[in-house]
Amino acid sequence: MLLIQLIIIAFAAFAVWRTVSRFREGELSARALVLWLLFWIVVTVAVALPQSTSWFAAVVGVGRGVDAAIYVSIVVIFYLLFRVFIKLEKIQHDITLLVREVGLMKGEGDSEQDN
Amino acid sequence: MKTVAVVPAYNEGNTVSGVVRSLCGVVDEVIVVDDGSADRTGSVAQAAGARVVRHFINRGLGAAIGTGIAAALRADARLIVTFDADGQHDAADVARMFEPLRSGRADVTIGARTMDRQLMPRTRRIANWLGNALTYVLFGLWVQDSQSGLRAFTSDAAAALDLRCDRMEVSSEIIREIRRQKLRLEEVPIRPVYTEYSMSKGQGFVTGLKTAGKLLLHRVIR
Repeated sequence: MLLIQLIIIAFAAFAVWRTVSRFREGELSARALVLWLLFWIVVTVAVALPQSTSWFAAVVGVGRGVDAAIYVSIVVIFYLLFRVFIKLEKIQHDITLLVREVGLMKGEGDSEQDN
Repeated sequence: MKTVAVVPAYNEGNTVSGVVRSLCGVVDEVIVVDDGSADRTGSVAQAAGARVVRHFINRGLGAAIGTGIAAALRADARLIVTFDADGQHDAADVARMFEPLRSGRADVTIGARTMDRQLMPRTRRIANWLGNALTYVLFGLWVQDSQSGLRAFTSDAAAALDLRCDRMEVSSEIIREIRRQKLRLEEVPIRPVYTEYSMSKGQGFVTGLKTAGKLLLHRVIR
């Protein structure tokens, strides 16, 4: 086995351990746990058995297994980035709603004091 | 009919006082939304006779307009006009902005700055045209001055608006809401006041690009 494969598999094992810990601590939902475990399993399989990526590449019509893995990764990364972007926009909006309520509540408080 | 002016303001300590005073005789109540200003915009506006609602952190023009409208509606406003704090608008135009709403012809009026070459600088005209074109492509409504900050609403129309844009793209979002809620829009000609100060405001090209990006994103999310 190549060194790079060992390194990646070791990292995957570490990542799985961290993922399960966070889930136990309540910081991760069950859904997120399953998705991330699935992800690291796929990574481990692809790295430990490189023939699997060649098989996948043949199925989808790409030259090399590595190329297929990279194409898929890029698409997935863009999608995750999009999700993060949307989440940020939602959070920005929620912050505005909070700041608005604070401003309006304080305003009402002041005018009551005037009376 | 109770009339309220909503003046979103961010660091406009120099001009907000004059704006508030000019509005006091024209509407029943002036609400200045101090959008986290670092200067004394809030206290200056209050001293001039406005009711001030303060964002303790800066959230942007769209957020300030949303807050101002919410405050106006809670104060039982029947007619609401948004008015810039930088001295670009003329309080004398407010009555003409309200007239189509009073007569029941329209639910929303937008003050259209004249496209007359003499009165509007070329860079402004081009930027406005691009903003209008983008608004039309995205939301299907050609408005002569989609970026105008002088807008008036009936309380029903204002309450129907679902505004999510925090920053300057709110101008185009309002157009979209008008179309979505099938509100009747009338454009009223107004005279912009181009002082050196008010000329320095407004969207630069890069901001315009970011605005376009945000609007496209919100269109996709909806």
